[in-house]
Amino acid sequence: MTSLIELKSVSVSYDAVNAVRGIDLSIKDGEIVALLGANGAGKSSTLNAIVGLAPVSAGKIIFDGTDITDFSSETLAPLGLTLSPEGRRVFATLSVEDNLMLGAYSVKDKAQIKAAYERVYELFPILFERKQQYGGTLSGGQQQMLALGRALMCSPRLLLLDEPSLGLAPIIVEQIFELIALLRQQGVTIILVEQNVSMALNIADRGYVMASGKIVAHGDAASLSDSTTLENAYLGAE
Amino acid sequence: MDLFLQQSANAVALGGIYALLALGLAVVFSIMGLINFAHGELMTISGYVLMYCGIAAVPFPLAVILAIGAAILAAIAMERIAFRPVRGSSGATLLVTSFAIAMILQMLFQNLISARSQPVLLPAILSESVTIFGLIIGVNKIAAIISTIVMLIFLDWFMTKQKTGIAMRAAAEDFSIARLMGIHANTVIAGAFALSGLLAGVAAVLWVSQRASVDPLMGFTPVLKAFIAAILGGLGSLKGAVAGGFLLAFIEVYLSAFLPHGMQEFREPIGLAIVVLVLLFRPNGLLPAKTLAAEKV
Ligand SMILES: Nc1ncnc2c1ncn2[C@@H]1O[C@H](COP(=O)(O)OP(=O)(O)OP(=O)(O)O)[C@@H](O)[C@H]1O
Ligand SMILES: [Mg+2]
Repeated sequence: MTSLIELKSVSVSYDAVNAVRGIDLSIKDGEIVALLGANGAGKSSTLNAIVGLAPVSAGKIIFDGTDITDFSSETLAPLGLTLSPEGRRVFATLSVEDNLMLGAYSVKDKAQIKAAYERVYELFPILFERKQQYGGTLSGGQQQMLALGRALMCSPRLLLLDEPSLGLAPIIVEQIFELIALLRQQGVTIILVEQNVSMALNIADRGYVMASGKIVAHGDAASLSDSTTLENAYLGAE
Repeated sequence: MDLFLQQSANAVALGGIYALLALGLAVVFSIMGLINFAHGELMTISGYVLMYCGIAAVPFPLAVILAIGAAILAAIAMERIAFRPVRGSSGATLLVTSFAIAMILQMLFQNLISARSQPVLLPAILSESVTIFGLIIGVNKIAAIISTIVMLIFLDWFMTKQKTGIAMRAAAEDFSIARLMGIHANTVIAGAFALSGLLAGVAAVLWVSQRASVDPLMGFTPVLKAFIAAILGGLGSLKGAVAGGFLLAFIEVYLSAFLPHGMQEFREPIGLAIVVLVLLFRPNGLLPAKTLAAEKV
């Protein structure tokens, strides 16, 4: 089977900082892949580069056979590629409903939008209850659900999740992971960046481990859980 | 008491114009982080269109539409030609660009039209007055008040009910994430400029209706006032722009009406002192934008 997304020696540089240094990634349709590593390893930079929010200084990104390296952010949601960003970044001054509406901004088909609302409200009934409330007035967990719901509104084929469990109570974290499992059943391909390594590897098919902008290990989830590379990566060893 | 009510009506009419102008500045600032000092020249363009329409005996309602349309087109052109190439530059670059546009346009008005003030033919009804509840109010003032109300209702509807307006609010809050949703940067920025042109055009028609003349620097003073109003209200906040516009107009009108004769020459500094005082107590303005710190394009 061919890859849904492929990164070929991709580098990301912010002025002087080389955040990502020539990494290769390849993810197949329907997979859940965990992207792990210590703080500052370059995980967010990698996801942001895929969706055009971070500058790619070298390499190629191929999504579903198309070279999207130089595509601007706004052209990706219509292709079925989106990100639920680190730190949620819901629109605080917009209602929950308007946040979701913008998630489907690029969708033209009315019926598809309606179905997307139904799907999100079914996954997160609390968002339906709070749909008139401003995004900024939701609790942290609810904001995370809103960020996920907003990302799902464009019915993505590939969903990038950047630390969806960050700062949430254990019970909410459980819920988020259940959701990820459910999305897999619905055929969504997911790249998951997580600090919660054991839970991430538990749900993922495969994993990549990053350290200092490079991939230092990859393999199926079970073998990664056992390996010492993972530990080393977190301890900051190259 | 009568004088007080009379002056209050004047203040509402003037405040409406300031509010529309301040809103135009705020819409663009909230999205681009740019204070467009060439906003006043959009007004002046509308003023000249009204003048030429008067000379050509174009019916007034059509002249108004043409004048407002000209401001919208000019605003869109300004963004396309001058601001798009420097988009993403520092605030200082954007500011200098807007000054340069303002100066170039003023020079063009002076050399191509006239350096002196030109009369604008207006329908006679605008200079008449009517008596409402014992108050004598100019028709032009009533027109200003009604137009302001209509524009504020329209703007509120646009920003809260229309997809494009909501997208503009989202972009003002977090531009990168708005783009991630598929909202085109060019659409929101051009939309913000078009909206600011619309507001400047309406304000210009109301402004000219009170004066019946236009000159190359016509837009300067009202936009400077609108800038003060926008800061007073909270830069980048739309509700703040409206509040600031009205507050500034009330301060100005009351001071000019009720300040003792001998102190009238200090009217402007006293007015500004009051503004500074308000800002001392509310440094971010009356109704600050919640997302002033958010990253701008
Ligand atoms: N916008 C930016 N400008 C400059 N440097 C940046 C920027 N974003 C990230 N960096 C730098 O790039 C490196 C990688 O950061 P990145 O956010 O990708 O790490 P991460 O793996 O997501 O870390 P965390 O687990 O803390 O979220 C860091 O050294 C960071 O300081
Ligand atoms: Mg990160």
